This record gives sequence, structure tokens and C-alpha cells, in this order.
Amino acid sequence: MILTIKILGAFLTAILAFTVGMFYGGLRRKITARVQNRVGPPVYQNFLDLLKLQAKETNIAHGFMGHIAPMWIIIASMTVLMFIPILHNGLWFDNLTFKGDLIFILYMMVFGSLGMAIGAGQSGNPNSAIGVTRGLAMMVGYEIPFVLSLVAIMIQFHTTSLQDLMQYQHETGRWIIMDNPFAFLAALLSSLGMFRYSPFDIVGAPAELASGPVSEFGGKYLGTMMSGGAVFAFIKLVLFVDIFLGGAGNTDLQGVWGILAGLGELLLKTFLFYMIPVFIGLVSPRFRTEQAIRFFWKWPSILGIVAILWAVFHPIQ
Amino acid sequence: MTNNPDKHIKTIGIPTEEEIRQAQIDFAPRCTSAGRVNDKETQKIVQYILNFARKHSLFVLAYGTGCGAIEIPATMTSRYDAERFGIRGAATPRQADVLLITGYLSTKTLKRVIRVYEQMQDPKYVMAFGSCTINGGMYFDSYNTIKALDRYLPVDVYIAGCMPRPESVIRGFIKLQELIQNGNAGGGKCYRDNLDWYRANQQKVIKNWNFPDEYNW
Repeated sequence: MILTIKILGAFLTAILAFTVGMFYGGLRRKITARVQNRVGPPVYQNFLDLLKLQAKETNIAHGFMGHIAPMWIIIASMTVLMFIPILHNGLWFDNLTFKGDLIFILYMMVFGSLGMAIGAGQSGNPNSAIGVTRGLAMMVGYEIPFVLSLVAIMIQFHTTSLQDLMQYQHETGRWIIMDNPFAFLAALLSSLGMFRYSPFDIVGAPAELASGPVSEFGGKYLGTMMSGGAVFAFIKLVLFVDIFLGGAGNTDLQGVWGILAGLGELLLKTFLFYMIPVFIGLVSPRFRTEQAIRFFWKWPSILGIVAILWAVFHPIQ
Repeated sequence: MTNNPDKHIKTIGIPTEEEIRQAQIDFAPRCTSAGRVNDKETQKIVQYILNFARKHSLFVLAYGTGCGAIEIPATMTSRYDAERFGIRGAATPRQADVLLITGYLSTKTLKRVIRVYEQMQDPKYVMAFGSCTINGGMYFDSYNTIKALDRYLPVDVYIAGCMPRPESVIRGFIKLQELIQNGNAGGGKCYRDNLDWYRANQQKVIKNWNFPDEYNW
């Protein structure tokens, strides 16, 4: 019985992550349009795009890794997704979470980008090569404050388990953003780089790099990468909500209503968090690569170090 | 002089009726939308849904030749907002569905346009802007521009005007959407089927022909 629920829950998680990620992408396009005083595409536009891309023919080949790269991205996204608890104490959405998943997630989140780098490298397009170089350089930039902030949380709570962090927030009613605000700020600033919206859209800059790493991928390949990216956006949002914003599913309701209330809470929190990089992106021009790295190594890293000091002097347990 | 197919009829002396008929057959465009089979009645439900997705998600590659390129920003941005029809820019030919030829094409540019068109993936559509692509327009007697684009590439929609305003461009997109839904658009397969005819026309105007023989599209 438990196993059946686990398997069904894994499918449900995958469908939920894909749908919500794609829907948020459409919402972002709509909000961008409204900010620019346009009507904008319908919110389901990304689903139509995906359907069309999957229906396109492909008459070219860029070698073995060119075929593997989109699969790699979506596999990496799904693997990380399976290790993130979506709801607190939700039997349906626990999937493969274990003690120490925070460290595992830190490693696995880089995996998709590496697959993309190898696939783009084999296509032989110089734009792809420049895009990959920029992406890896920027990853070196934003990973440092992100890791510092997560290490601060690990030190402060003496745990590497997302479940424990959510349990603590559920029991005390205090979100970790209140226990260690510096860690949240560092993670928030590094999340700007993770989402790759302006001013950090230097990887896939359409005007200067012809969309960078994906410039030789069209049709089904682009569609698969798009779905992988949508799932990954959902992963990042849920991860931040789980760690800093109290997680979801904190109501006392049982059964279906509990799950629905939890999902509603999750959608509200993730959407509000998602609006931060979106709105910053809407009013920002593009950084150069060295400006972006300099940004990440300056204030977010300093905030991360302050977060570690704060964690050392304010241990929770 | 004799190399240019556009000037075939204007040879010295009055052509006979036979010559005119032959010229009309030789230079009649092959892959027009009107010539394609309208299989709306026989469309299966899957094809119907896919056509619906295709027509509402057009990734546009604007090949900015001539003066028409200046109409594209106006069409895409806040004032006319083509994105509400699902039209958005694509960065590379591999990702694009629609190729916009925005104005006159010199023979040098034609070579690049052909390379770009052949890199695009099926189903692919071509929209031609302005009278220059229809009959040469104000360049009708120029020695180095082509006069009728659909002798070199299969064109789905022509937009008349010199230049067409953004309203006309959006009208052209709507027309293209109708053609896609009815199954009339997309000349990629026809282009490959009639490749000899297109290649012959292209090689008549492109002097330094150095395309790869085995083309991997």
C-alpha cells in the first residue's frame, strides 16, 4: 500500500512540477507584457509552444551528446525533484527524501547545467561555446553565496535534512528567515543568478549570443530542454520555500483537504518568491560576465559569511 | 543577360507566343499556397490539434534585408504587440518556424537567405515583405537584385506595400495562421521535391556557387 502510494506520488510530483513550472513561465510572460503596457500572450502559451516544438521534425544530427543533452537535463531535473519534500508530512509527496538530502541536492543541482554544457559543446557552434563558458563562470559566482547560506543553516540547526528543517518550522511556527535573515538574503541574491533573468541573463542572451548554448537545438530538443527548465524552476522555488519560508502543508487538516490546502499554500509562497527575480529582471539591463561574478563575490558572499557567524553565535539546538 | 531568368521575356526582338508560353511554364512558381492540397476535410484530430498549436506559436526569424527590418521592432513591441498572437522572435534558424524576408534581396544576400532557409526545420514558412519581393518594386531594373522571390524559395504569404505598416504585417501573420490551420502552409517538403528546379534558378543568379553538394538539412 505504502509502495503504491509512493509510486503514484512520484508521478503526481512530476506532473505537478511540470505543470506549475510551465504555468509560471506563462505567467511571467504575461506579467512582463503587462509591465510593458502590452496585452501579452495567454498564460497557456508555453504549453502551445511545447506542443509545437515536439511536433517539429528534426532532420539534423549534432552527434551523440547532442542527442543526450536534453535527456540529461530533464533526468537531472527529475532526480533533484524526487529528493525534495514538496509538502510537510505529506505521504504523497515525500518521494525519496532522506537525512542529508541538502548536501545531495547541492551537488545534483549542477548536474543539468553540465549536461547542457557537454551537449552544446558537441554542436560546434561558437555561440554555444561562449554561452557555456559564461554559464560555468557565473555558476562559480552564485554557487559560493548559495553554499555559504546553506552551510550557515546546517551549522545553526545541526542537520542536513530538509525534513528536519521543515519539522522545526512546523513545530515552532518560526520561519528560518527569522532565525537567520542573512542566510536568506545571501540565498535570495544568489537565486537571481540561478534563474538567469536580467541582469544575469548573460548565458542565453538572444541579442549577442543567439540564445547561447541552445543555439543549435531546435524542435524536440528545445522542447525537452524547455520542460526540463520548467521543472527546475519549480525545484528552486520549492527548495527556497522549504528552507526559509516555512514549507507548505502546515495546516491541521487531514486527507485530501490537507493536501489541497498544502498545495495552495505552496503555490502562494512559491509565486510570491518567484516574483522577486521576475520583477528585478524587468527593470534591469544586462551585466557583463565579470560584473556578474564581481557582484556575487561581493555582497552576497559577505552576507553568507555574516550568516555563518550569526549561525555560530545563535545555535538553535 | 541571358543568365537572368527575370529578363527572359525582355530578350531583343519580339518573342513568339510559343516562347512566352514556355517561359510562363518554366518560371511559374512551384510551391505556392494555392497549389497545395487543402486537406482540411481529411485532417485527423491529432493533426488538427497540432496545427492549432503551430499557428499559435510562431517563432520568427527576421532576416533584415532592405527597409522592412525597421517594421519588425514596431510590430513586436508595445504598440502593436505581436506576442499576443503567440509570435515571438527566435535567435537562430534551428529554432525558427517563420522566415521573414523584409525587403529587396541582392543576389549576394539571396545566397545567405537560402543557407538560412535550408537550416530551418520542418514545418517552416516564409513571409515576404513589400513589393520588392513580389516583382522587384522600385528595384525592377536593378542588375543585382532578384525580382520574384518565389522562384528561389517557396513563399507562403506576401505582404504588399512599400513598406507594409505593422498592421499589414500582423494581417499577414493572421493569413499565415489561416493557411496553417487549413493545412496549406509550409513549403519545406515541396522545396525538397522540386529541388532541381529551385537549384537551377538559384544557380542562374548566384555566380560564385560554393554550396556543399551533400546538404544536411
